[in-house]
Amino acid sequence: MLRFVARRLAMLVLTLLVASFAIYASLSVAPGDPLSVLTGGRTLPPEALAVLRARYHLNEPLPAQYWHWLTGALHGDLGSSIALRESVNTLIGERAGVTFELVAYASILILLLGIGSGILAGLRRGAVDSTVIAGTTVFAAIPSFVAAIVLISVFAVKLGWFPALGAGTGGVDRLWHLTLPAIALALSALAIVARVTRVSVREELGREHVQTAISRGLPQHLVIRRHVLRNAAIPITTVTGITIASLIALSAVVERAFSLNGLGSALVSAAASKDFAVVQGIALILVAAFVITNTIVDLLYAFLDPRVALGSRAE
Amino acid sequence: MSALLEIDGLTARLQVEGELRTVLHDVSLTIGAGEALGLVGESGSGKSMTARAVGRLLPRGAQTSGAVRFDGRDVLTLGPADLRRYRGEVAMIFQDPRAHVNPVRRIGDFMTETLRLQGVTGADAAKRAAGALRDVGIDDGERRLDQYPHELSGGLLQRVMIATMLLGEPRLVLADEPTTALDVTTQAEVMAILDELRHERGMALLFITHDLELAAAVCDRTAVMYAGQIVETRAASLLDRDPLHPYTAALAAARPDVAVSARRLAAIPGRPVSAFEAPAGCAFAPRCVCVQERCREARPPLDRLDDGQVRCRRAQELRGRMAAAIREGEASRA
Ligand SMILES: Nc1ncnc2c1ncn2[C@@H]1O[C@H](COP(=O)(O)OP(=O)(O)OP(=O)(O)O)[C@@H](O)[C@H]1O
Ligand code: SF4
Ligand SMILES: [Mg+2]
Repeated sequence: MLRFVARRLAMLVLTLLVASFAIYASLSVAPGDPLSVLTGGRTLPPEALAVLRARYHLNEPLPAQYWHWLTGALHGDLGSSIALRESVNTLIGERAGVTFELVAYASILILLLGIGSGILAGLRRGAVDSTVIAGTTVFAAIPSFVAAIVLISVFAVKLGWFPALGAGTGGVDRLWHLTLPAIALALSALAIVARVTRVSVREELGREHVQTAISRGLPQHLVIRRHVLRNAAIPITTVTGITIASLIALSAVVERAFSLNGLGSALVSAAASKDFAVVQGIALILVAAFVITNTIVDLLYAFLDPRVALGSRAE
Repeated sequence: MSALLEIDGLTARLQVEGELRTVLHDVSLTIGAGEALGLVGESGSGKSMTARAVGRLLPRGAQTSGAVRFDGRDVLTLGPADLRRYRGEVAMIFQDPRAHVNPVRRIGDFMTETLRLQGVTGADAAKRAAGALRDVGIDDGERRLDQYPHELSGGLLQRVMIATMLLGEPRLVLADEPTTALDVTTQAEVMAILDELRHERGMALLFITHDLELAAAVCDRTAVMYAGQIVETRAASLLDRDPLHPYTAALAAARPDVAVSARRLAAIPGRPVSAFEAPAGCAFAPRCVCVQERCREARPPLDRLDDGQVRCRRAQELRGRMAAAIREGEASRA
């Protein structure tokens, strides 16, 4: 088990390294000179350009630039934004909070409502089951930006129950402001998690070992908890984890729709203005969050399924 | 003496794609306390369904009529609490231990699950589980308790199943082909353990198998099933030497003479039918070499004959000359 954890962690580091290089390199070879942003289209004397180039390491070869950036990042310094004349760290620090809260809120919705309704539909047949199937079929097909538009026009504009824009001022107000965005972000993921949960629970219910448990006279709630849900937790964890990891990338769309000043919207505007240091910094953070979430899921999976740690990953 | 288990005119219908299909038709069997009854028959004849009906484990949507009585109580109408108590007295062993033990829980956890519910402490339950493992020939029980099912071989796992069942001190064991999934040597070992423990503890046994000889070796009586019906019940030792029913005779004859206990039944010409596709009249008629016109008219009842029961119109008249009749029938068919 320890070896497994160590291997997963090594893989995590490697993945992050590769990803960071890919992010850095792809942006550095992208067309467009970052200095033109800085100069605002004006022509500067060559000496001035040289000074700027040196300050931003633009005159060095790509590997050297990457090395500067990486060592900086490892020391917690992601460079500074050319356009905003602000340290990328400060920028991320200001923006990460909203994004984190949004993703956490959406994740909680997925865990509670997605898994909850999936379990309910899996265990019960009839009306509950049909309702969940119908609901999830519709919701799974709605992309976040469509959900955002519909939610804003119905619950914010028409009914006025929730604010349409902004992130509020912390506490309950923040929760109130983030409710619609979190729903928009979670909706289709929630539907998918609910469906997978339902199928997993149904499948486990039909397993022979569940029949054994029943035949031994175990009370129903224990059969369900210890033999149905415990085993269904394995696929459910995997799918939920991957789904939550993917929310991190999706959050940009929702942040734009609800005018939230999060990492995602900062990333989009930085990319538009070719502010590479910001794009690289935020991309690195998002990718790191994604990869770490996936690693946690993998570890959880191994923890839940004793057959995994021995190396037989196949079911 | 009243029987421990009494199945009386049990008919079961299952929901298959929206329609009800008969899988058991008028099944009647008794098992006395401490008695072993074999249940043999071709695939699909309803052996497993009979055991599942007794264990109240028929698939969802199943409908039953008739009665199953255990110790005089009607099993089919037990409420949840009584049903759980009943299941403590009737243990089941299944064909595939790998599928029937939860793969994500430790052996010890599996074995002691019901004991712990009865308030036995963890340490005490573990000690008893290790003891039960010793009884089925597993000496390093303490170590096994910490392992997961995938770390054990099929044979070991089936022993774990048997040991687990022993912990519950049941009065009746329903064993559904408990050795079919194991290799030949392991089969013999597991069978010997089951047989010995059963005698030692005076447990009654319903033993489902394809193997007439094995049934004869382990059981007091054997019942033969065809198309969801019992067609013959007889002292196990007499069944293949002196069958009452043409189907039993065909089963016995289809079996090569070499005495290898683990062999399955060889095929009888024609396809076995399930209860729902059985013709009116005698279900075996389409494959029976002794068939006559009257066999197809009405379903023969299960009648007493000599020291057994048989469901055949001609059983009485064929008595003593079954083998000859079958040879004649085969000759005329050829
Ligand atoms: N879950 C189910 N739903 C509907 N019909 C079933 C189901 N399981 C079995 N059957 C049908 O019930 C009949 C009896 O099956 P059963 O499993 O009792 O046979 P069996 O005698 O145990 O056969 P085998 O020797 O192959 O185990 C068969 O016709 C089978 O097709
Ligand atoms: S009743 Fe007729 S068809 Fe059926 S087994 Fe007896 S002889 Fe054969
Ligand atoms: Mg069977």
